Amino acid sequence: MNRFDFIRPANIAEAVTAAAVPGSVYLAAGTNLLDLMKIGVTRPERVIDISRLPGLDRIEWLSDGSVRIGALMRNADLAYDTRFAATYPAIAEALLSGASAQLRNAATVGGNLLQRTRCAYFQDTASACNRREPGSGCDALHGENRLHAVLGWSEQCIATHPSDFCVPLAALGAVIEIEGVGGRRDIPIESLHSLPDASRALESTLAPGDFITGLRLPPEAASFAGNARYVKLRERTSYAFAVVSAAAMLDMDGDTIRASRLAIGAVAAKPWRAHEAEAVLVGQKAGREIFEKAATAALADARPSGDNAFKITLAHRILVRALMLAYEGTPKVMPALPASPFPEQHLSAPKADLHVA
Amino acid sequence: MSLETHIAPVATSRYGSNAGQPLTRRDGLLKVTGRATYAADNHPEGMLFAVMAVSRIARGRVRSMNIEAARAHPGVVEVLTPANRPPLFHDPNERIPPFGFRVEVLQDDSVRYVNQPIALVIAETLEAATEGAALLDPQYDTEPARVGLETGVRFDPSGVGIGGTPKTAHGDVEAGLSKAPIAIDVEVETPPQYHNAMEPHAVVAEWDGDRVVLDMPNQALAISCASYAAFFGIPVENVTIRSPFLGGGFGSKAILNGPQILAILAARMLNRPVKLALTRAQMYGPVSHRGQTWQKLRMGMERDGALIALHHHSLSATSAFEDFLEPAANASLPLYASPAILVEHEGIRLDTGTPGPMRAPGEASGSAALEVAIDEAAEACGMDPLAFRLKNYAETEPATGKPFSSKALRTCYEEGAARFGWSRRPRSAGQMRDENGLLVGWGMGTAVFGCPHFPAEARATLRADGTALVETGAADMGQGAWTALAQIAAEALGLEPDQVEFHSGLSTLPDAGVAGGSGHTASAGLALNQAGGDAIAQLSDLAVNDPQSPLFGAGNIGVTARGGRLYRRDDESRSESYAQILARAGRSHVAGTAKSNRDPAIASGHALYSHGAVFAEVKIDPDLGQIRTTRLIGAFAAGRIINPRLVQSQYFGGMIWGISFALHEEAVTDKRTGRIMNADLAEYHVPVNADVPPLEAILVPEDDAIVNPIGVKGVGEIGITGTVGAIANAVWHATGKRVRKFPIRIEDVMSSR
Repeated sequence: MNRFDFIRPANIAEAVTAAAVPGSVYLAAGTNLLDLMKIGVTRPERVIDISRLPGLDRIEWLSDGSVRIGALMRNADLAYDTRFAATYPAIAEALLSGASAQLRNAATVGGNLLQRTRCAYFQDTASACNRREPGSGCDALHGENRLHAVLGWSEQCIATHPSDFCVPLAALGAVIEIEGVGGRRDIPIESLHSLPDASRALESTLAPGDFITGLRLPPEAASFAGNARYVKLRERTSYAFAVVSAAAMLDMDGDTIRASRLAIGAVAAKPWRAHEAEAVLVGQKAGREIFEKAATAALADARPSGDNAFKITLAHRILVRALMLAYEGTPKVMPALPASPFPEQHLSAPKADLHVA
Repeated sequence: MSLETHIAPVATSRYGSNAGQPLTRRDGLLKVTGRATYAADNHPEGMLFAVMAVSRIARGRVRSMNIEAARAHPGVVEVLTPANRPPLFHDPNERIPPFGFRVEVLQDDSVRYVNQPIALVIAETLEAATEGAALLDPQYDTEPARVGLETGVRFDPSGVGIGGTPKTAHGDVEAGLSKAPIAIDVEVETPPQYHNAMEPHAVVAEWDGDRVVLDMPNQALAISCASYAAFFGIPVENVTIRSPFLGGGFGSKAILNGPQILAILAARMLNRPVKLALTRAQMYGPVSHRGQTWQKLRMGMERDGALIALHHHSLSATSAFEDFLEPAANASLPLYASPAILVEHEGIRLDTGTPGPMRAPGEASGSAALEVAIDEAAEACGMDPLAFRLKNYAETEPATGKPFSSKALRTCYEEGAARFGWSRRPRSAGQMRDENGLLVGWGMGTAVFGCPHFPAEARATLRADGTALVETGAADMGQGAWTALAQIAAEALGLEPDQVEFHSGLSTLPDAGVAGGSGHTASAGLALNQAGGDAIAQLSDLAVNDPQSPLFGAGNIGVTARGGRLYRRDDESRSESYAQILARAGRSHVAGTAKSNRDPAIASGHALYSHGAVFAEVKIDPDLGQIRTTRLIGAFAAGRIINPRLVQSQYFGGMIWGISFALHEEAVTDKRTGRIMNADLAEYHVPVNADVPPLEAILVPEDDAIVNPIGVKGVGEIGITGTVGAIANAVWHATGKRVRKFPIRIEDVMSSR
C-alpha cells in the first residue's frame, strides 16, 4: 500500500499542529477513512491517530441544561446512554438506525459528523468528481443518480450527506466545538457542512488542522423529548443508507405546537434543517393538515438533480410521517427496528386477522 | 480430505436408517470455531502475493501502463502483462467444453469489459502488490461501451445456458393465440446479478516441477483438473486441487476464470507459491454473473381458463466474445399444460464479463416472468391464481408428453395453500389492509427444477475394526455435502454415520462430478451407494462361502447389512459383524468401488423434476412505498430426503434468494462507461436478517423409484423459482400495480397521490 506517516499525538494541541500540514487526515475509528484509503479515494500522506486521546469519549451534563458530547464517543455508547436517549430520543433513534451493530460499536461522534458522501462517482476514482478532484466535473449529474440530491445542489455536485445522526443534530441546532490552529471556536452545525455552489463543491468549512473535539446541544433541545422521532426510508430493512429520512420534534402545549425542530436527511449535501416548515407550525394546532403545509414549505425549493423526482414526493411524505409519529408521542421504549416506518408488530409473525376494505 | 474433528454420535433409532435423519453438519464445529481452512488461508513457505490490475473501461485497448513504476515499488517481484506473459498450452479464445469458457488471461491488449484483468502484479506482500497494481495507471484507447438495449448487438443463438436448446416449439402458438377468447401479453425485465459468494475467488498455487497443487474453492474438481492440465500442458494427474470448504459458489466456482489461471501461471514462472484472492469489486466481471433478460410472454386461454397457447421469448444478454445466455424462456417448458407452446431465445451482446450459471440459471429469471404472467392470465380469466394453475396442471410434460417420474405438486399446492390460508384471499387487488393501514397482498408461484445426473465415482473401504473409509471428490459449498453424502454412504454400508470416515474435497479422490444443477447429492450419492453396495457384496461373499460363518450357505437367500453386521435375510438370529468376517478371512479390508451414472433411458423416457409451491404475503406502506415480505411459505416435493435439516436450510436459502431477486438485487451499470456503480456489499443489496420473515418450508413426502436408484432429486435451486413470482404477485395484490422490472423499487409502488 502507499506509504504514509503515522502520528499518534499525545494531546489535542499536538494533533492540531500535526494535522495542519497539508495532506494530513485524522483517524478515529476509521470506519469510513480506511475504506476510502483502500479504494484509492483518499491517499493521505500523514495519518494522525486521535483514537487514544483521553477525555473525549464522554457525555457532560452542563449546569445550563445543555449537554456536551465528546468527539470520540462511540455511536452505540451514546445511543444506549439511558439519560441521553431519554432526553434526546430522536438522536438515539437516528444513531441506532445507521449502519450495523459492529460499525456503531466502532464509529465515533466526530467521525460521523464528517463522513463522506456515498455517491458512487465519488467512490469510483475513474469517474469525474468535483469533491474528490476539484474541477474534474460531476459524472453523477447525468449518471446513475436516482438517490441523489433534490435540495441545495449545483451542477458542480449532486451528492448527499449520508449521516442519520446529523439529521436530528441539525434539527436541534447542535453546536460544534473545534480546536484549530488559531485556537478554540464554536460553530453551529448548519455552518459545518457546505453546499456546492456554482464553482466548487467543498465538503465542509473546516480549515487544515481543525479538530472537532465535541458537540453541544443547547438547553432548549431537551424540551422536545416527549414528541421526538426520526424516520428513515430504506431499500432494505437494515444496513442501508436512507433514501430519505426526517427528524421531527415538537414542543406541545396541549394540541398546540409551541415550537418545533425539523430536518430532512439524504436530500442534500448537508442535513437539511427545515426552518420554513418550523415557522409554519409555530402556534398551530397539530394535525395532518398543518403537517402537510409544513412539508410543502420545507420542499418549496426542491428540484430533481436527475432521475430522482420521486425523492421530492418521498421527502414530503417522510416529513409528514415523522411529524405524525412525533405528535403521537415518543415511544416508551426504543423500537426494535429504530426509525422504521413499519409498526412494531410486523417485526415478528403478524396477526392473522385482516379485514377487507 | 478429511474433517479433523470429533463428531458426536447422534441417536438414529427413530428413523431406522441413516438417511432421513436431521443430522447437524459434520463440518459445523470446524466452521463456527474458525478452524475450517479455506483456500486463501493457506500460506506455504516462500509464498508471493498476486494482485490483479483490472480495466476501468468496457471496450477498447490498453495503450500503456507504467510498468516501470510498479516494478520499482519495494517488494514487487514481477509484473505480468501481455508483453511478458509466458505462453499457455491452450488458446484462451477457445472453449473447453462443457464448462470451459473463453477467458481473459492477458492474451492481448484488448479490453472487452470493465474489471477485465490487464496485468498481474506479484510481490512479497499483499500491500506491495496492491500498490504496484495501483501504480500501473493504465491509459486506454476507449471505444463506446455497449451496455443496453439500444447499443447491444443482437443475434440468434445456437445454444442457451450450457448445452440448452434455444427454441422449442410444440403445436401452433399463433393459431392458438388468434382464436383465444382471452389473451395476455406481458413483458418482464430482470437485471444483471452477481453471485457474491461470501468467499471471493482465490487460489494458492504451488508447483513442483511439472506438478501443481492448487488450493482453491472449486465446484467441479475433475473437470477443472483437466482444464488446468490443458492450459499448462501437463498430464491431468499432475494437477491436484484441494477444496475442502467453499464459502459459497452458486455456479461461479464451477467455471474456470482468467484470474486464477494467471496466478497459477505466475507461480510457475517465478517458481514460488503464489496466492491470489479477488477483491469484492473484482468479482464483478471476470467470474461470471446472471445475465440480464428482457422477456415477453403471450398466453391465450379459453373462457374456462384452459391455456391454449403459451409463448415465452427471452432476450438474454451475454458478453461481446462468449455465449452464455440465460435460458429463461425454457422455464415455460415443464410446467403448465398447453396444446401449443413456443419458447425461444435471442441474444444480445454487451460489453460485460461473460455471464454464467448462477443458482437456478434460467429457471430463476424465467420463473420470475412466467409466474407473473400466469398471475395475470388468472386475473384475465377472473380466476383464483391457484385454481388457474390447477386448471392447467400438467399430468405429463407439456411439450413432450413424457410421464413424470413423480410429481407431488398437487400436494404441494394443497399443503402450502392450507398452511398459508390461501382460501381467504380476495380475488382482486387492493382489497386488504392491516390494522395499521398497510396494504396487504398475497401471491403465489409454482416452483420447478430439473433433475440432472452426472457421472460419479466413489470408493468405500470396510476396515478390520468394522468402520469404513468412504472417498469421493465432492464439493461442499455450504449446502452440507460432507454430511448428507456421508449419511448415504453409511446407509449403504449398514453403519452409523460416526463409523464412517468420509474423505472429500480433493481431486485425487474418485471423481464426484459437479456440485451443480442441484444434482450433486443424487450423483455423488449414487456412486457412494453403489460403492458401499460393492463393499458389502464382497464382504458377503467372504461370509457365505466360509463354513465357519453363521452366514455360510446364505448365498442364494442373501444377507442384509445393518449396524455393522450382516444378517441372514430369512433368519435374523444368524449374523456376524464385519470385523469378525474380515478377521477370519485374514483380510485387512475390503474395498468397494463404483462408477455410476443414470441410465440414459430414464431421462429419455421420463420427465424428471422437483416441484413446489410458494405463497407470499407482503405489506406495503402506501405513502412511502416500502415493501416487507411478512410471510413466506413453501411446500416442496423432491423425492427422497436424505437430511431434512439440511434440505430445509436449502429451501430457506432459495426462498431468501427469491426475496433478494424480487426486492433487492441489481448491479447498477453506468450507461456511458459500462462500470458497475454498486460493486460492493454496502450498495449491492441482498436481504438482511430483518428483511426475512419467519419462513416455513414444508417437506412434502415423495417416493420416486424412477429418477435414479436412490430416489433423490435436487433441492439446491428450486427455492428461488416460484418465490420471485409469488412476491411480485403479492405486490400486485396489495397495490394493483404490475411491476415489469426486477427488483421492485419504492418508486414503483408508492402511491401517486
